[in-house]
Amino acid sequence: MSTPPNRSGHAPPVASGPESTSSTGTRVLGAAALVGLALSVVYGLFVSPPDAQLGETIRMIYTHVPTVSVAYVAFVVTAVSSAMYLWKRTEFWDLLGASSAEIGVVFFVLTILNGALWGKTTWGVFWRWEPRLTTSAVLLLMYIGYLAVRAVPADTRVRATRCAIVGLVAVVNIPIVHKAVDWWRGLHQGRTVLGTIDPEMGGNQLVAMYLSLATGLVVFVWMLLHRFRVAYLVERAADAGLEEALAERRAERGTPSVEVAP
Amino acid sequence: MIRDAALVAAKDLRLELRARVGMGQVLPFAVLVLLLFAFALDPDRGVLERATPGLFWVGVLFSSVLVLQRSFGVEAEDGILDALRLSGMAPAAIFLGKVAALVVQLAVLEVVLGVGVVVFYDAQPAHAPLLLSVAATATLSIAAAGSVYGALSARLRSRDTLLPMLLLPLLAPVLISATRGFEVGLEGHAGGGWSWVALLGVFATLYLALGAFLFRPLLEDA
Repeated sequence: MSTPPNRSGHAPPVASGPESTSSTGTRVLGAAALVGLALSVVYGLFVSPPDAQLGETIRMIYTHVPTVSVAYVAFVVTAVSSAMYLWKRTEFWDLLGASSAEIGVVFFVLTILNGALWGKTTWGVFWRWEPRLTTSAVLLLMYIGYLAVRAVPADTRVRATRCAIVGLVAVVNIPIVHKAVDWWRGLHQGRTVLGTIDPEMGGNQLVAMYLSLATGLVVFVWMLLHRFRVAYLVERAADAGLEEALAERRAERGTPSVEVAP
Repeated sequence: MIRDAALVAAKDLRLELRARVGMGQVLPFAVLVLLLFAFALDPDRGVLERATPGLFWVGVLFSSVLVLQRSFGVEAEDGILDALRLSGMAPAAIFLGKVAALVVQLAVLEVVLGVGVVVFYDAQPAHAPLLLSVAATATLSIAAAGSVYGALSARLRSRDTLLPMLLLPLLAPVLISATRGFEVGLEGHAGGGWSWVALLGVFATLYLALGAFLFRPLLEDA
């Protein structure tokens, strides 16, 4: 962050902070993510064979499973952060929870788009009231609500508390939504991929699956680190803006200003 | 604790009795929703009869948003939430009091809607114990979850839009369970209906516990 021109001649009220959101750690993670993505493409699209039942559409699962897994991991991180915020009341947990929720929503949207496209190729329709699709739609709306609360301008502490409460309430609801939707659609069998067919995976199919899953998680950590650092810098910029505004008002009124600690 | 909760509940109900916003505005709205469904879904093709449980609970959910906005709107005005906080009552007691008052108001609403679906949609309440159990657990769920989000959004300028956006997805499993439970109850064989009551009971218990725990930070900071 560069130092803004200082009209009133006071010490620059800008907190010294990092110039970018990357670090050695994120660069290594980013490189690993790129390699993982390249390998996933090779394995998912070329090396692994089509499925006996699903045919070529099994390849969509190699993106579907990572995105949905990342979304759920993100929502769990948000829930843990929310609980930790209510306990510790530190900015760290607030920003971590919010950053994670945002990424979770992005991945959930990708999951639903992917599922709808899979539905179009397999069932001929974009949407069926299939248990997993239905559950995803409800959960997505819940977390969009979280982001809506986040977007309401408020004092940092007030906003953090509101978000922590929504984050906790939403995660408690996840198993209930699952249960209700499963019973509603009469689904009693165990876990299946995309709810209808459970492909027998073997060899390179499993490699493609776990490779893309691992890559998805690396991408998540990489995005989370960057998003968290952006959120942190936004807070510091807001602080600096406030300090500057205060200094300007003091200068206008001719009262002696309080120097901001360097 | 119980006494404090009763005080808050009695205050809310007294307010409601005197102002009659619920009676005068929410109940007519609920009946209006029933009529609108009849206009939207052709009453001659049997759609209404088949959809009755769902329409009933959608009516309850939409009306409950109005009841909640009223219940927490009065608290947000003139810093009454702060006054409640300073009253020395435990936040959990305040929460339970709000929930109790809401349960009473929602019960009245459901009775009116119930009479409405019997009269307009020709519904037959075949298995009363199941229907009452579903209604009781679902109402408790709506009141408990609604109180958390009602209090959360009460002081926001955008509360009128934020509350339904937060609350309705949260209550989706309640809508599913209550609708299925009512379907079974209206058909008259209770068998599969009790598992829905159990699920609603779990939901209500979870949200009562969560609300009792979260109401302190809600009153203090949100």
